[in-house]
Amino acid sequence: MAELTLQEARAQTTGRVERILIVLGIVALIAAPFFVYPIFLMKMLCFALFACAFNLLLGYTGLLSFGHAAFFGGAAYFSAYAAKVWGWPPEAAILLGVLGAAVLGAVMGFFAIRRQGIYFAMITLALSQMFFFFCLQAEFTGGEDGIQGVPRGVLFGIIDLHVPLNIYYTVLAIFLIGVFAIWRIVHSPFGMILRSIRENERRAISLGYSVGNYKLAAFVMSAALAGLAGATKAIVFQFATLTDVAWQMSGEVILMTLLGGIGTMVGPIVGAGLVVALQNTLATSEFPVTIATGIIFMICVLLFRRGIVGELYARALRRGNNKG
Amino acid sequence: MSAVNDVPRVVLSARGLRRDFQGFVAVNNVDLDVHHGGIHALIGPNGAGKTTVFNLLTRFLPPSAGRIELLGQDITHTPPAKVARMGLARSFQISAIFPHLTVLDNVRVALQRRRGLHVQFWRSLQVLNALTPRAEELLRSVGLEDARSQLAGDLSYGRKRVLEIATTLALDPKVLLLDEPTAGMGHEDVGTVTEIIRSVAKDRAVLMVEHNLDVVADLCDWITVLQRGEVLAAGDYRTVSQDERVRTAYMGTQHV
Repeated sequence: MAELTLQEARAQTTGRVERILIVLGIVALIAAPFFVYPIFLMKMLCFALFACAFNLLLGYTGLLSFGHAAFFGGAAYFSAYAAKVWGWPPEAAILLGVLGAAVLGAVMGFFAIRRQGIYFAMITLALSQMFFFFCLQAEFTGGEDGIQGVPRGVLFGIIDLHVPLNIYYTVLAIFLIGVFAIWRIVHSPFGMILRSIRENERRAISLGYSVGNYKLAAFVMSAALAGLAGATKAIVFQFATLTDVAWQMSGEVILMTLLGGIGTMVGPIVGAGLVVALQNTLATSEFPVTIATGIIFMICVLLFRRGIVGELYARALRRGNNKG
Repeated sequence: MSAVNDVPRVVLSARGLRRDFQGFVAVNNVDLDVHHGGIHALIGPNGAGKTTVFNLLTRFLPPSAGRIELLGQDITHTPPAKVARMGLARSFQISAIFPHLTVLDNVRVALQRRRGLHVQFWRSLQVLNALTPRAEELLRSVGLEDARSQLAGDLSYGRKRVLEIATTLALDPKVLLLDEPTAGMGHEDVGTVTEIIRSVAKDRAVLMVEHNLDVVADLCDWITVLQRGEVLAAGDYRTVSQDERVRTAYMGTQHV
Protein backbone atom coordinates (compact mmCIF):
# COMPACT_ATOMS: atom_id res chain seq x y z
CA MET A 1 0.00 0.00 0.00
CA ALA A 2 2.91 2.32 0.62
CA GLU A 3 3.43 3.90 -2.80
CA LEU A 4 0.22 3.34 -4.65
CA THR A 5 0.18 5.75 -7.57
CA LEU A 6 -2.11 5.97 -10.54
CA GLN A 7 -0.02 3.53 -12.51
CA GLU A 8 0.08 1.01 -9.72
CA ALA A 9 -3.60 1.35 -8.94
CA ARG A 10 -4.43 0.56 -12.52
CA ALA A 11 -1.64 -1.93 -12.89
CA GLN A 12 -3.45 -4.29 -10.54
CA THR A 13 -5.96 -5.05 -13.24
CA THR A 14 -4.68 -3.80 -16.56
CA GLY A 15 -0.94 -4.13 -15.95
CA ARG A 16 -1.08 -7.88 -15.72
CA VAL A 17 -2.87 -8.10 -19.05
CA GLU A 18 -0.43 -5.60 -20.51
CA ARG A 19 2.67 -7.47 -19.30
CA ILE A 20 1.45 -10.79 -20.66
CA LEU A 21 0.58 -9.12 -23.96
CA ILE A 22 4.01 -7.51 -24.18
CA VAL A 23 5.94 -10.73 -23.55
CA LEU A 24 3.75 -12.72 -25.92
CA GLY A 25 3.97 -9.95 -28.49
CA ILE A 26 7.76 -9.76 -28.44
CA VAL A 27 8.11 -13.55 -28.67
CA ALA A 28 5.64 -13.61 -31.54
CA LEU A 29 7.49 -10.82 -33.34
CA ILE A 30 10.81 -12.62 -32.98
CA ALA A 31 9.36 -15.83 -34.37
CA ALA A 32 7.10 -14.18 -36.95
CA PRO A 33 9.42 -13.91 -39.99
CA PHE A 34 9.62 -17.71 -40.12
CA PHE A 35 5.88 -17.94 -40.63
CA VAL A 36 4.76 -14.67 -42.17
CA TYR A 37 6.05 -12.70 -45.14
CA PRO A 38 8.70 -10.38 -43.57
CA ILE A 39 7.97 -7.38 -45.82
CA PHE A 40 4.41 -7.38 -44.60
CA LEU A 41 5.59 -7.60 -40.99
CA MET A 42 8.02 -4.73 -41.44
CA LYS A 43 5.30 -2.56 -42.93
CA MET A 44 3.18 -3.35 -39.91
CA LEU A 45 5.99 -2.46 -37.50
CA CYS A 46 6.68 0.86 -39.21
CA PHE A 47 3.03 1.88 -39.09
CA ALA A 48 2.65 0.62 -35.54
CA LEU A 49 5.52 2.86 -34.43
CA PHE A 50 4.00 5.72 -36.39
CA ALA A 51 0.65 5.22 -34.63
CA CYS A 52 2.33 5.00 -31.22
CA ALA A 53 4.16 8.27 -31.88
CA PHE A 54 0.89 9.87 -32.91
CA ASN A 55 -0.79 8.52 -29.79
CA LEU A 56 1.83 10.23 -27.62
CA LEU A 57 0.24 13.47 -28.76
CA LEU A 58 -3.43 12.51 -29.03
CA GLY A 59 -3.73 10.01 -26.21
CA TYR A 60 -1.39 11.45 -23.62
CA THR A 61 -1.36 15.17 -24.35
CA GLY A 62 -4.84 15.55 -25.80
CA LEU A 63 -3.74 17.19 -29.05
CA LEU A 64 -5.28 15.99 -32.32
CA SER A 65 -2.79 16.59 -35.12
CA PHE A 66 -4.03 16.23 -38.66
CA GLY A 67 -0.60 16.71 -40.15
CA HIS A 68 1.53 13.83 -38.98
CA ALA A 69 2.08 12.63 -42.53
CA ALA A 70 4.52 15.53 -42.92
CA PHE A 71 6.82 14.01 -40.30
CA PHE A 72 6.42 10.43 -41.47
CA GLY A 73 6.80 11.21 -45.16
CA GLY A 74 9.27 14.05 -44.66
CA ALA A 75 11.63 11.80 -42.73
CA ALA A 76 11.25 9.16 -45.46
CA TYR A 77 12.42 11.69 -48.06
CA PHE A 78 15.33 12.93 -45.96
CA SER A 79 16.72 9.48 -45.22
CA ALA A 80 16.05 8.14 -48.72
CA TYR A 81 17.92 11.11 -50.19
CA ALA A 82 20.83 10.78 -47.77
CA ALA A 83 21.14 7.04 -48.39
CA LYS A 84 20.83 7.24 -52.15
CA VAL A 85 22.44 10.50 -53.24
CA TRP A 86 25.00 11.02 -50.49
CA GLY A 87 25.59 7.32 -49.94
CA TRP A 88 25.11 7.60 -46.17
CA PRO A 89 24.97 4.37 -44.15
CA PRO A 90 21.42 3.43 -43.03
CA GLU A 91 21.89 4.43 -39.38
CA ALA A 92 23.04 7.93 -40.36
CA ALA A 93 20.28 8.27 -42.96
CA ILE A 94 17.61 7.30 -40.43
CA LEU A 95 19.07 9.68 -37.87
CA LEU A 96 18.88 12.49 -40.40
CA GLY A 97 15.24 11.62 -41.05
CA VAL A 98 14.49 11.78 -37.32
CA LEU A 99 16.24 15.14 -36.94
CA GLY A 100 14.51 16.51 -40.01
CA ALA A 101 11.12 15.44 -38.68
CA ALA A 102 11.93 17.03 -35.31
CA VAL A 103 12.79 20.35 -36.99
CA LEU A 104 9.59 20.18 -39.04
CA GLY A 105 7.71 19.38 -35.83
CA ALA A 106 9.23 22.37 -34.06
CA VAL A 107 8.15 24.71 -36.86
CA MET A 108 4.64 23.28 -37.24
CA GLY A 109 4.18 22.93 -33.50
CA PHE A 110 5.27 26.51 -32.90
CA PHE A 111 2.28 27.75 -34.88
CA ALA A 112 -0.23 25.03 -34.01
CA ILE A 113 -0.02 25.12 -30.20
CA ARG A 114 -1.32 28.67 -30.23
CA ARG A 115 -4.78 27.31 -30.92
CA GLN A 116 -6.87 24.56 -29.38
CA GLY A 117 -9.17 21.75 -30.46
CA ILE A 118 -10.36 21.79 -34.04
CA TYR A 119 -8.30 24.91 -34.83
CA PHE A 120 -5.17 23.10 -33.75
CA ALA A 121 -6.08 20.26 -36.11
CA MET A 122 -6.78 22.68 -38.96
CA ILE A 123 -3.43 24.44 -38.58
CA THR A 124 -1.53 21.14 -38.59
CA LEU A 125 -3.49 20.06 -41.68
CA ALA A 126 -2.79 23.34 -43.47
CA LEU A 127 0.92 23.26 -42.67
CA SER A 128 1.29 19.62 -43.67
CA GLN A 129 -0.48 20.37 -46.96
CA MET A 130 2.02 23.18 -47.54
CA PHE A 131 4.77 20.64 -46.95
CA PHE A 132 3.07 18.23 -49.36
CA PHE A 133 3.10 20.80 -52.16
CA PHE A 134 6.68 21.67 -51.32
CA CYS A 135 7.58 17.98 -51.76
CA LEU A 136 5.62 17.90 -55.03
CA GLN A 137 7.57 20.85 -56.41
CA ALA A 138 11.00 20.46 -54.84
CA GLU A 139 13.67 18.83 -56.93
CA PHE A 140 15.29 16.58 -54.36
CA THR A 141 12.08 14.59 -53.80
CA GLY A 142 11.76 13.58 -57.44
CA GLY A 143 8.24 15.03 -57.65
CA GLU A 144 5.62 12.52 -58.78
CA ASP A 145 8.21 9.77 -59.14
CA GLY A 146 9.55 10.02 -55.62
CA ILE A 147 12.97 8.68 -54.71
CA GLN A 148 13.31 5.13 -55.98
CA GLY A 149 15.98 2.49 -55.60
CA VAL A 150 17.25 3.55 -52.19
CA PRO A 151 20.06 1.22 -51.11
CA ARG A 152 19.48 -0.51 -47.78
CA GLY A 153 23.19 -0.45 -47.12
CA VAL A 154 25.18 -2.03 -44.33
CA LEU A 155 24.18 -1.17 -40.77
CA PHE A 156 27.14 0.02 -38.62
CA GLY A 157 29.38 -1.32 -41.38
CA ILE A 158 28.74 -4.95 -40.37
CA ILE A 159 25.08 -5.94 -40.79
CA ASP A 160 24.11 -6.28 -44.44
CA LEU A 161 20.51 -5.16 -44.61
CA HIS A 162 19.90 -6.87 -47.93
CA VAL A 163 19.70 -10.14 -46.03
CA PRO A 164 15.95 -10.50 -45.23
CA LEU A 165 16.34 -11.59 -41.60
CA ASN A 166 18.92 -8.86 -40.91
CA ILE A 167 16.63 -6.09 -42.04
CA TYR A 168 13.68 -7.64 -40.22
CA TYR A 169 15.45 -7.78 -36.86
CA THR A 170 16.83 -4.28 -37.39
CA VAL A 171 13.31 -2.96 -37.94
CA LEU A 172 12.07 -4.91 -34.93
CA ALA A 173 14.84 -3.40 -32.80
CA ILE A 174 14.01 0.12 -34.01
CA PHE A 175 10.35 -0.51 -33.31
CA LEU A 176 11.02 -1.76 -29.78
CA ILE A 177 13.39 1.13 -29.03
CA GLY A 178 10.85 3.62 -30.36
CA VAL A 179 7.95 2.17 -28.39
CA PHE A 180 10.09 1.98 -25.27
CA ALA A 181 11.00 5.66 -25.70
CA ILE A 182 7.30 6.55 -25.92
CA TRP A 183 6.51 4.41 -22.89
CA ARG A 184 9.31 6.13 -21.01
CA ILE A 185 8.06 9.61 -21.92
CA VAL A 186 4.49 8.76 -20.96
CA HIS A 187 5.53 7.27 -17.63
CA SER A 188 7.91 10.04 -16.62
CA PRO A 189 7.58 13.19 -14.51
CA PHE A 190 7.26 15.12 -17.77
CA GLY A 191 4.53 12.73 -18.94
CA MET A 192 2.65 13.42 -15.73
CA ILE A 193 2.57 17.12 -16.59
CA LEU A 194 1.37 16.28 -20.11
CA ARG A 195 -1.44 14.26 -18.62
CA SER A 196 -2.43 17.06 -16.27
CA ILE A 197 -2.58 19.42 -19.26
CA ARG A 198 -4.81 16.96 -21.09
CA GLU A 199 -7.06 16.67 -18.04
CA ASN A 200 -7.42 20.37 -17.22
CA GLU A 201 -5.33 22.89 -19.06
CA ARG A 202 -6.40 25.96 -17.05
CA ARG A 203 -5.62 24.19 -13.83
CA ALA A 204 -2.17 23.25 -15.11
CA ILE A 205 -1.55 26.91 -15.96
CA SER A 206 -2.69 28.00 -12.52
CA LEU A 207 -0.13 25.59 -11.03
CA GLY A 208 2.57 27.53 -12.85
CA TYR A 209 3.10 25.32 -15.88
CA SER A 210 3.61 27.21 -19.13
CA VAL A 211 1.54 24.67 -21.02
CA GLY A 212 2.66 25.93 -24.44
CA ASN A 213 6.21 24.78 -23.80
CA TYR A 214 5.08 21.31 -22.73
CA LYS A 215 2.80 20.96 -25.72
CA LEU A 216 5.55 22.02 -28.07
CA ALA A 217 8.00 19.57 -26.50
CA ALA A 218 5.45 16.75 -26.82
CA PHE A 219 4.78 17.78 -30.41
CA VAL A 220 8.47 17.68 -31.33
CA MET A 221 8.95 14.30 -29.61
CA SER A 222 5.94 12.87 -31.39
CA ALA A 223 7.16 14.27 -34.72
CA ALA A 224 10.66 12.85 -34.23
CA LEU A 225 9.31 9.38 -33.41
CA ALA A 226 6.92 9.52 -36.36
CA GLY A 227 10.01 10.44 -38.36
CA LEU A 228 11.83 7.39 -37.03
CA ALA A 229 8.99 5.25 -38.38
CA GLY A 230 8.97 7.01 -41.76
CA ALA A 231 12.75 6.92 -42.18
CA THR A 232 12.85 3.22 -41.36
CA LYS A 233 10.08 2.56 -43.85
CA ALA A 234 12.05 4.34 -46.59
CA ILE A 235 15.09 2.13 -45.95
CA VAL A 236 13.01 -1.06 -45.82
CA PHE A 237 10.96 -0.44 -48.96
CA GLN A 238 13.80 1.40 -50.68
CA PHE A 239 11.66 4.32 -51.80
CA ALA A 240 10.02 7.50 -50.59
CA THR A 241 6.97 8.88 -52.38
CA LEU A 242 4.25 11.49 -52.09
CA THR A 243 1.87 8.90 -50.61
CA ASP A 244 3.65 9.19 -47.28
CA VAL A 245 3.27 12.98 -47.03
CA ALA A 246 -0.31 13.16 -48.33
CA TRP A 247 -3.17 14.07 -45.99
CA GLN A 248 -4.65 10.58 -46.39
CA MET A 249 -1.66 9.28 -44.45
CA SER A 250 -2.46 11.70 -41.61
CA GLY A 251 -6.01 10.36 -41.64
CA GLU A 252 -4.84 6.76 -41.69
CA VAL A 253 -2.76 7.14 -38.55
CA ILE A 254 -5.72 8.73 -36.75
CA LEU A 255 -7.84 5.76 -37.84
CA MET A 256 -5.27 3.24 -36.63
CA THR A 257 -4.96 4.94 -33.25
CA LEU A 258 -8.69 5.33 -32.67
CA LEU A 259 -9.36 1.78 -33.82
CA GLY A 260 -6.84 0.32 -31.40
CA GLY A 261 -7.64 2.66 -28.52
CA ILE A 262 -6.19 6.07 -27.74
CA GLY A 263 -4.31 6.56 -24.52
CA THR A 264 -3.22 2.92 -24.31
CA MET A 265 0.28 1.70 -25.16
CA VAL A 266 -0.83 -1.41 -27.06
CA GLY A 267 -3.89 0.05 -28.80
CA PRO A 268 -2.20 1.88 -31.67
CA ILE A 269 -0.05 -1.20 -32.38
CA VAL A 270 -3.14 -3.40 -32.67
CA GLY A 271 -4.92 -0.75 -34.73
CA ALA A 272 -1.99 -0.38 -37.11
CA GLY A 273 -1.65 -4.15 -37.44
CA LEU A 274 -5.33 -4.48 -38.27
CA VAL A 275 -5.37 -1.72 -40.87
CA VAL A 276 -2.17 -2.91 -42.57
CA ALA A 277 -3.43 -6.50 -42.59
CA LEU A 278 -6.69 -5.39 -44.15
CA GLN A 279 -4.93 -3.35 -46.78
CA ASN A 280 -2.74 -6.30 -47.66
CA THR A 281 -5.61 -8.78 -47.80
CA LEU A 282 -7.82 -6.54 -49.87
CA ALA A 283 -5.05 -5.27 -52.12
CA THR A 284 -5.48 -8.32 -54.38
CA SER A 285 -9.28 -8.37 -54.30
CA GLU A 286 -11.76 -6.26 -56.21
CA PHE A 287 -13.20 -4.77 -53.05
CA PRO A 288 -11.94 -1.22 -52.39
CA VAL A 289 -9.83 -1.00 -49.22
CA THR A 290 -11.10 2.43 -48.17
CA ILE A 291 -14.68 1.19 -47.99
CA ALA A 292 -13.63 -1.74 -45.82
CA THR A 293 -11.64 0.42 -43.39
CA GLY A 294 -14.45 2.97 -43.41
CA ILE A 295 -17.02 0.35 -42.41
CA ILE A 296 -14.75 -1.01 -39.69
CA PHE A 297 -14.21 2.49 -38.40
CA MET A 298 -17.95 3.11 -38.24
CA ILE A 299 -18.53 -0.15 -36.38
CA CYS A 300 -15.76 0.80 -33.99
CA VAL A 301 -17.25 4.23 -33.28
CA LEU A 302 -20.73 2.81 -32.83
CA LEU A 303 -19.91 -0.24 -30.73
CA PHE A 304 -16.66 0.30 -28.90
CA ARG A 305 -15.64 3.91 -28.73
CA ARG A 306 -12.61 3.28 -26.60
CA GLY A 307 -11.09 1.25 -29.42
CA ILE A 308 -10.32 -2.45 -29.34
CA VAL A 309 -7.67 -2.41 -26.63
CA GLY A 310 -9.38 0.44 -24.76
CA GLU A 311 -12.54 -1.64 -24.55
CA LEU A 312 -10.65 -4.69 -23.30
CA TYR A 313 -9.05 -2.56 -20.59
CA ALA A 314 -12.39 -1.12 -19.55
CA ARG A 315 -13.84 -4.64 -19.24
CA ALA A 316 -10.87 -5.82 -17.21
CA LEU A 317 -11.24 -2.81 -14.93
CA ARG A 318 -14.95 -3.39 -14.48
CA ARG A 319 -14.34 -7.07 -13.64
CA GLY A 320 -11.64 -6.00 -11.20
CA ASN A 321 -13.97 -3.51 -9.54
CA ASN A 322 -16.73 -6.08 -9.21
CA LYS A 323 -14.37 -8.55 -7.56
CA GLY A 324 -12.70 -6.06 -5.24
CA MET B 1 12.61 46.61 12.27
CA SER B 2 9.62 45.13 14.08
CA ALA B 3 7.70 48.37 13.61
CA VAL B 4 8.03 47.92 9.89
CA ASN B 5 6.85 44.34 10.09
CA ASP B 6 3.82 45.28 12.15
CA VAL B 7 2.43 47.39 9.35
CA PRO B 8 0.31 45.12 7.14
CA ARG B 9 2.21 44.70 3.91
CA VAL B 10 0.40 45.02 0.60
CA VAL B 11 1.28 41.96 -1.47
CA LEU B 12 -1.23 42.27 -4.26
CA SER B 13 -2.67 45.52 -5.49
CA ALA B 14 -4.76 46.69 -8.40
CA ARG B 15 -5.34 50.24 -9.55
CA GLY B 16 -7.96 51.39 -12.02
CA LEU B 17 -8.66 47.85 -13.16
CA ARG B 18 -11.02 47.69 -16.12
CA ARG B 19 -12.25 45.02 -18.45
CA ASP B 20 -14.56 45.40 -21.43
CA PHE B 21 -16.27 42.58 -23.26
CA GLN B 22 -17.16 43.98 -26.66
CA GLY B 23 -18.60 47.21 -25.34
CA PHE B 24 -19.91 45.79 -22.06
CA VAL B 25 -17.91 47.03 -19.09
CA ALA B 26 -17.67 44.05 -16.74
CA VAL B 27 -15.15 45.61 -14.39
CA ASN B 28 -14.59 49.32 -14.08
CA ASN B 29 -12.01 51.31 -12.15
CA VAL B 30 -11.47 48.75 -9.40
CA ASP B 31 -8.82 49.47 -6.76
CA LEU B 32 -7.87 46.65 -4.45
CA ASP B 33 -5.14 45.99 -1.87
CA VAL B 34 -4.53 42.54 -0.42
CA HIS B 35 -2.43 42.44 2.74
CA HIS B 36 -0.08 39.81 4.05
CA GLY B 37 -1.59 37.84 6.91
CA GLY B 38 -5.11 38.99 6.15
CA ILE B 39 -8.21 37.46 4.65
CA HIS B 40 -9.89 39.74 2.19
CA ALA B 41 -13.36 39.03 0.85
CA LEU B 42 -14.74 40.09 -2.47
CA ILE B 43 -18.51 40.08 -2.33
CA GLY B 44 -21.37 41.39 -4.38
CA PRO B 45 -24.55 40.31 -6.11
CA ASN B 46 -24.47 37.91 -9.04
CA GLY B 47 -22.92 39.44 -12.11
CA ALA B 48 -21.06 42.07 -10.10
CA GLY B 49 -17.79 41.05 -11.77
CA LYS B 50 -16.15 39.16 -8.91
CA THR B 51 -14.90 36.26 -10.98
CA THR B 52 -13.79 38.64 -13.72
CA VAL B 53 -11.70 40.53 -11.15
CA PHE B 54 -10.20 37.18 -10.14
CA ASN B 55 -9.38 36.31 -13.71
CA LEU B 56 -7.79 39.73 -14.19
CA LEU B 57 -5.70 39.50 -11.04
CA THR B 58 -4.43 36.02 -11.97
CA ARG B 59 -3.90 37.18 -15.55
CA PHE B 60 -6.21 34.55 -17.01
CA LEU B 61 -7.84 37.56 -18.65
CA PRO B 62 -5.87 40.59 -19.84
CA PRO B 63 -7.20 43.85 -18.38
CA SER B 64 -8.43 46.54 -20.76
CA ALA B 65 -6.89 49.17 -18.51
CA GLY B 66 -5.27 49.47 -15.11
CA ARG B 67 -2.26 48.12 -13.35
CA ILE B 68 -1.64 45.06 -11.17
CA GLU B 69 1.29 44.60 -8.81
CA LEU B 70 2.31 41.39 -7.11
CA LEU B 71 4.92 41.69 -4.36
CA GLY B 72 5.96 45.06 -5.75
CA GLN B 73 6.38 43.84 -9.31
CA ASP B 74 4.21 44.93 -12.19
CA ILE B 75 2.39 41.86 -13.53
CA THR B 76 -0.12 43.67 -15.75
CA HIS B 77 1.29 41.96 -18.82
CA THR B 78 2.80 38.80 -17.32
CA PRO B 79 1.52 35.41 -18.59
CA PRO B 80 -0.65 33.53 -16.07
CA ALA B 81 1.72 30.60 -15.57
CA LYS B 82 4.51 33.03 -14.70
CA VAL B 83 2.26 34.88 -12.28
CA ALA B 84 1.57 31.53 -10.60
CA ARG B 85 5.32 30.87 -10.37
CA MET B 86 5.79 34.28 -8.75
CA GLY B 87 3.60 33.17 -5.87
CA LEU B 88 -0.01 33.88 -6.78
CA ALA B 89 -2.09 30.70 -6.68
CA ARG B 90 -5.78 30.38 -7.36
CA SER B 91 -8.66 27.98 -7.16
CA PHE B 92 -11.55 27.96 -9.57
CA GLN B 93 -15.28 28.37 -9.17
CA ILE B 94 -15.86 25.04 -10.89
CA SER B 95 -13.66 22.66 -8.96
CA ALA B 96 -10.51 22.31 -10.98
CA ILE B 97 -8.94 18.92 -10.45
CA PHE B 98 -7.37 16.31 -12.70
CA PRO B 99 -10.21 13.75 -12.70
CA HIS B 100 -8.33 10.75 -14.11
CA LEU B 101 -5.36 11.12 -11.77
CA THR B 102 -5.41 9.80 -8.24
CA VAL B 103 -5.89 12.20 -5.36
CA LEU B 104 -2.23 11.77 -4.44
CA ASP B 105 -1.09 12.44 -8.00
CA ASN B 106 -3.23 15.58 -8.15
CA VAL B 107 -1.20 17.04 -5.31
CA ARG B 108 2.11 15.66 -6.55
CA VAL B 109 1.64 17.35 -9.94
CA ALA B 110 1.46 20.66 -8.10
CA LEU B 111 4.64 19.81 -6.19
CA GLN B 112 6.62 18.70 -9.24
CA ARG B 113 7.57 22.12 -10.55
CA ARG B 114 9.09 23.53 -7.41
CA ARG B 115 11.11 20.37 -6.91
CA GLY B 116 12.39 20.57 -10.47
CA LEU B 117 10.69 17.33 -11.49
CA HIS B 118 8.71 18.55 -14.44
CA VAL B 119 10.91 18.26 -17.51
CA GLN B 120 12.50 14.86 -16.96
CA PHE B 121 11.01 12.81 -19.78
CA TRP B 122 13.70 10.15 -19.52
CA ARG B 123 13.22 9.23 -15.85
CA SER B 124 10.84 6.82 -14.21
CA LEU B 125 7.78 7.95 -12.30
CA GLN B 126 9.47 6.44 -9.26
CA VAL B 127 11.37 9.71 -8.76
CA LEU B 128 8.05 11.33 -7.88
CA ASN B 129 7.90 9.17 -4.77
CA ALA B 130 10.16 11.78 -3.20
CA LEU B 131 7.16 14.10 -3.26
CA THR B 132 4.82 11.64 -1.56
CA PRO B 133 5.52 12.59 2.09
CA ARG B 134 4.78 16.26 1.46
CA ALA B 135 1.72 15.38 -0.63
CA GLU B 136 0.43 13.14 2.14
CA GLU B 137 1.00 15.89 4.68
CA LEU B 138 -1.10 18.25 2.58
CA LEU B 139 -3.83 15.65 2.17
CA ARG B 140 -3.84 15.06 5.93
CA SER B 141 -4.19 18.79 6.57
CA VAL B 142 -7.46 18.81 4.64
CA GLY B 143 -8.65 15.40 5.79
CA LEU B 144 -8.25 13.55 2.51
CA GLU B 145 -5.55 11.05 3.51
CA ASP B 146 -7.96 8.13 3.25
CA ALA B 147 -8.72 8.94 -0.39
CA ARG B 148 -5.16 9.09 -1.70
CA SER B 149 -5.47 6.18 -4.14
CA GLN B 150 -8.91 7.09 -5.46
CA LEU B 151 -9.35 8.76 -8.80
CA ALA B 152 -10.01 12.42 -8.11
CA GLY B 153 -13.03 12.35 -10.41
CA ASP B 154 -14.71 9.82 -8.10
CA LEU B 155 -14.65 12.12 -5.06
CA SER B 156 -17.79 13.82 -3.77
CA TYR B 157 -18.28 17.45 -4.69
CA GLY B 158 -17.17 18.82 -1.35
CA ARG B 159 -14.06 16.65 -1.27
CA LYS B 160 -13.12 17.73 -4.78
CA ARG B 161 -13.13 21.32 -3.61
CA VAL B 162 -11.02 20.43 -0.61
CA LEU B 163 -8.60 18.57 -2.88
CA GLU B 164 -8.36 21.67 -5.02
CA ILE B 165 -7.41 23.71 -1.98
CA ALA B 166 -4.77 21.14 -0.99
CA THR B 167 -3.36 21.26 -4.53
CA THR B 168 -3.28 25.05 -4.44
CA LEU B 169 -1.52 25.00 -1.07
CA ALA B 170 1.08 22.63 -2.51
CA LEU B 171 2.41 25.63 -4.41
CA ASP B 172 3.08 27.32 -1.06
CA PRO B 173 1.81 30.59 -2.52
CA LYS B 174 2.35 34.01 -1.01
CA VAL B 175 -1.06 35.10 -2.19
CA LEU B 176 -3.99 32.71 -2.34
CA LEU B 177 -7.07 33.51 -4.41
CA LEU B 178 -10.08 31.33 -3.66
CA ASP B 179 -13.12 31.54 -5.91
CA GLU B 180 -16.16 30.60 -3.83
CA PRO B 181 -14.40 27.92 -1.77
CA THR B 182 -17.57 26.90 0.10
CA ALA B 183 -20.04 27.08 -2.79
CA GLY B 184 -22.39 24.13 -2.91
CA MET B 185 -21.00 22.56 0.24
CA GLY B 186 -22.88 21.01 3.11
CA HIS B 187 -22.77 22.60 6.55
CA GLU B 188 -19.99 20.38 7.94
CA ASP B 189 -17.74 20.85 4.93
CA VAL B 190 -18.14 24.62 5.21
CA GLY B 191 -16.78 24.46 8.76
CA THR B 192 -13.82 22.35 7.64
CA VAL B 193 -12.95 24.68 4.79
CA THR B 194 -13.30 27.76 7.02
CA GLU B 195 -10.79 26.29 9.45
CA ILE B 196 -8.39 25.38 6.64
CA ILE B 197 -8.52 28.90 5.25
CA ARG B 198 -8.02 30.44 8.68
CA SER B 199 -4.95 28.34 9.34
CA VAL B 200 -3.32 28.89 5.96
CA ALA B 201 -3.92 32.65 6.05
CA LYS B 202 -1.54 33.11 8.97
CA ASP B 203 1.58 33.42 6.88
CA ARG B 204 0.18 34.48 3.54
CA ALA B 205 -2.49 36.68 2.03
CA VAL B 206 -5.90 35.36 1.06
CA LEU B 207 -8.42 36.95 -1.26
CA MET B 208 -11.68 35.08 -1.60
CA VAL B 209 -14.92 35.45 -3.45
CA GLU B 210 -17.64 34.27 -1.10
CA HIS B 211 -21.42 34.26 -1.07
CA ASN B 212 -21.89 32.83 2.39
CA LEU B 213 -21.97 35.96 4.55
CA ASP B 214 -21.61 33.96 7.76
CA VAL B 215 -18.28 32.74 6.47
CA VAL B 216 -17.32 36.27 5.46
CA ALA B 217 -18.27 37.69 8.84
CA ASP B 218 -16.41 34.91 10.62
CA LEU B 219 -13.24 34.86 8.56
CA CYS B 220 -12.52 38.04 6.73
CA ASP B 221 -10.94 41.17 8.12
CA TRP B 222 -11.43 43.28 5.03
CA ILE B 223 -14.30 43.32 2.57
CA THR B 224 -14.65 44.86 -0.84
CA VAL B 225 -18.18 45.04 -2.19
CA LEU B 226 -18.59 45.04 -5.94
CA GLN B 227 -21.68 46.09 -7.81
CA ARG B 228 -22.01 46.27 -11.58
CA GLY B 229 -18.27 46.00 -11.92
CA GLU B 230 -17.43 48.86 -9.58
CA VAL B 231 -16.36 49.07 -5.97
CA LEU B 232 -19.39 50.05 -3.94
CA ALA B 233 -17.79 49.97 -0.53
CA ALA B 234 -14.74 48.67 1.28
CA GLY B 235 -13.89 48.18 4.92
CA ASP B 236 -14.25 45.70 7.75
CA TYR B 237 -17.45 43.76 8.20
CA ARG B 238 -18.98 46.32 10.59
CA THR B 239 -18.31 49.26 8.32
CA VAL B 240 -19.50 47.52 5.21
CA SER B 241 -22.59 46.00 6.76
CA GLN B 242 -23.69 49.38 8.06
CA ASP B 243 -23.17 51.13 4.78
CA GLU B 244 -26.57 52.22 3.46
CA ARG B 245 -25.73 51.59 -0.16
CA VAL B 246 -24.50 48.10 0.57
CA ARG B 247 -27.59 47.35 2.64
CA THR B 248 -29.91 48.34 -0.15
CA ALA B 249 -27.86 46.77 -2.89
CA TYR B 250 -26.97 43.51 -1.33
CA MET B 251 -27.23 42.76 2.34
CA GLY B 252 -30.26 44.72 3.48
CA THR B 253 -32.88 42.06 3.62
CA GLN B 254 -30.67 39.15 4.45
CA HIS B 255 -28.31 40.13 7.19
CA VAL B 256 -27.27 42.62 9.90
